[in-house]
Amino acid sequence: MPNFGNYEQIIKDFSWSISEQELDYKPGQVINIGWYCSDRICQQGKADKTALIWEGFSGAKKIYTYNDVRLCSNTIARFITGLGINAGERVCLFLDRIPELYLGFLGILKTGAIVQPLFSAFGEESLFVRLENARTSAIFTQKKHLSKVRKIRDKLPDLKHIIIVDYDGKSPLQEREVPFSMENTEKIENYEVYPTYAETPSVLHYTSGTTGQPKGVQHVHYSLISQYITAKWVLDLRDDDLYWCTADPGWVTGTSYGIIGPFSLGVTQFVLDSGFSAEAWYRFIERNRITVWYSAPTAIRSLMKAGDEIIKKFDLSSLRHLASVGEPLNPEAVNWSIRVFGKPFHDTYWQTETGCIVITNFPGMSVKPGSMGRPFPGITATVLNHSNHEPYPEPGRIGLIGLKPGWPSMMRTYWNNEEAYKNKFRNGWYLTGDRARIDKDGYFWFVGRDDDVINTGGHLVSPFEVESALLEHQAVAESAVVSKPDPINMEVVKAYVTLKPGFTASKDLELDIMNFIRKKLSPLAMPQEIEFVDSLPKTRSGKIMRRILHAKEWGEEIGDTSTLENE
Amino acid sequence: MDELKEIIKNYVINEYLEPDSDPIDYETPLISGGIVDSFSMVSLKRFLENKYNIQIPDEKATPEAFDSVKKIADLVKEFVKS
Repeated sequence: MPNFGNYEQIIKDFSWSISEQELDYKPGQVINIGWYCSDRICQQGKADKTALIWEGFSGAKKIYTYNDVRLCSNTIARFITGLGINAGERVCLFLDRIPELYLGFLGILKTGAIVQPLFSAFGEESLFVRLENARTSAIFTQKKHLSKVRKIRDKLPDLKHIIIVDYDGKSPLQEREVPFSMENTEKIENYEVYPTYAETPSVLHYTSGTTGQPKGVQHVHYSLISQYITAKWVLDLRDDDLYWCTADPGWVTGTSYGIIGPFSLGVTQFVLDSGFSAEAWYRFIERNRITVWYSAPTAIRSLMKAGDEIIKKFDLSSLRHLASVGEPLNPEAVNWSIRVFGKPFHDTYWQTETGCIVITNFPGMSVKPGSMGRPFPGITATVLNHSNHEPYPEPGRIGLIGLKPGWPSMMRTYWNNEEAYKNKFRNGWYLTGDRARIDKDGYFWFVGRDDDVINTGGHLVSPFEVESALLEHQAVAESAVVSKPDPINMEVVKAYVTLKPGFTASKDLELDIMNFIRKKLSPLAMPQEIEFVDSLPKTRSGKIMRRILHAKEWGEEIGDTSTLENE
Repeated sequence: MDELKEIIKNYVINEYLEPDSDPIDYETPLISGGIVDSFSMVSLKRFLENKYNIQIPDEKATPEAFDSVKKIADLVKEFVKS
């Protein structure tokens, strides 16, 4: 029997206090995610239970019990307080999926500082704008990423400490750099966890919007209440589960459900720090007898592409529950998973801003392949009329997905950008920026984004950010960035570019521009295709009309062109 | 063949590795080793196509086929020959 029972009954009776009670939390008390995910589990008698099994691509393996997690996070907490970091300061984790990322996340929270995880594949420009915006005080990184930090640190006066977790002494440390070795540092048995409260800021995740720079989504320690109960009911995590979340904690799935959810439940979880390979993934599931697997449509479609024959080489019978997040899961993928694994992937819908799963296909309920599922108890979700932001009274209408604010893990603001935060609300609803319809059974069906943000492989990319970076390339005069369909990643980035005088379009120039963006922003933001054009479609006032290019890529009607410059 | 592998290896080192990264050889896992991610693989494929004036079909450009310098060189050879 799944942890989640009868949907209609639970919806009727639900209150977030159910989660509070299970966590022994009473309103007004101290609540610290770092403590809940380590010390509390030890106090429940699970100190010796395995918390984290980490594997590197080369076969390296590390195992941590809950007591190890407690001690290691204490040790990191003591280390950074020793550096003079105070509660409320931002501490960035710019690390691959190594144990220090998971342990550091909890350690930073224990100090009352705000943890700012950043995807380690970010290029120097992406890293810079996020550290500058957050006025980050310290950054944990590895030797392999140090050169990116060194290139930008002089422009970051607030960045006082660059902590290198794998310093080997081969080259001298530079200004502000300090080594930290988890293995060689004496473990701290007793650390007085900073008394954070429900509304104390906890995690700062950056996300991309249509315009302007990335926005820092600020969460609070009370988010635990949502993350705990959704991990239990939607991911169906149980005490004896062996759980694998494939997401990187540089993104919100990797923290909400790759750290907070499973650790607050005292579950054993696995991390595979390697790139994608179908065979390696199946081998990992077989070897570790994974029971609950939380992945992404892009990965699932890549596994489909690898074919069914390879699956037959492995015993994957341990898998009990499958879930997916990041972008809409197409019905073919759900049906494929039923065929090859004997069970469906359950789509889960949520955002960096929501902090937890808000709409989902629940375990134990029938999955409608291709649908997002139904709202989580305690979440009021609807589809809003574009013009007046009133909910459509009847099913089947396409509109904006709106959520009634007030659940525990709802973002509290965009860091240093209250205006952008306020702009996300209309008529008492939080606007997700996504469009959907609701069917007669109350299931939501994703239709698309309501803006120009590109969802590639489950990651949001701002066209504005890519266009701005393109203009820094010596050959680029103007650019327009749109999404184009992709069978694996749903969408990928495509750039239309006009060249400055003296430059000629060529395949080599295309590759040069692609690599320029990859290094400056990230591989996700790199245009997978660049089309050189003589001019871009613009309004008479000079604004580039991305929607015309988007329509061209997606084979859609171009629509009204009356404002087009050359019409 | 070694010249081909050397060209690919040097391109990977120059484009995808940070200065202090561990050295790679012809057998080093590139995709499964996290050196080249699936998005970056597109630029590596584009480099090979430009350099050798070939077209590698998407179904052949799998993470497995791009997982080491040696495997990439084998793939390129297949298309240069034909």
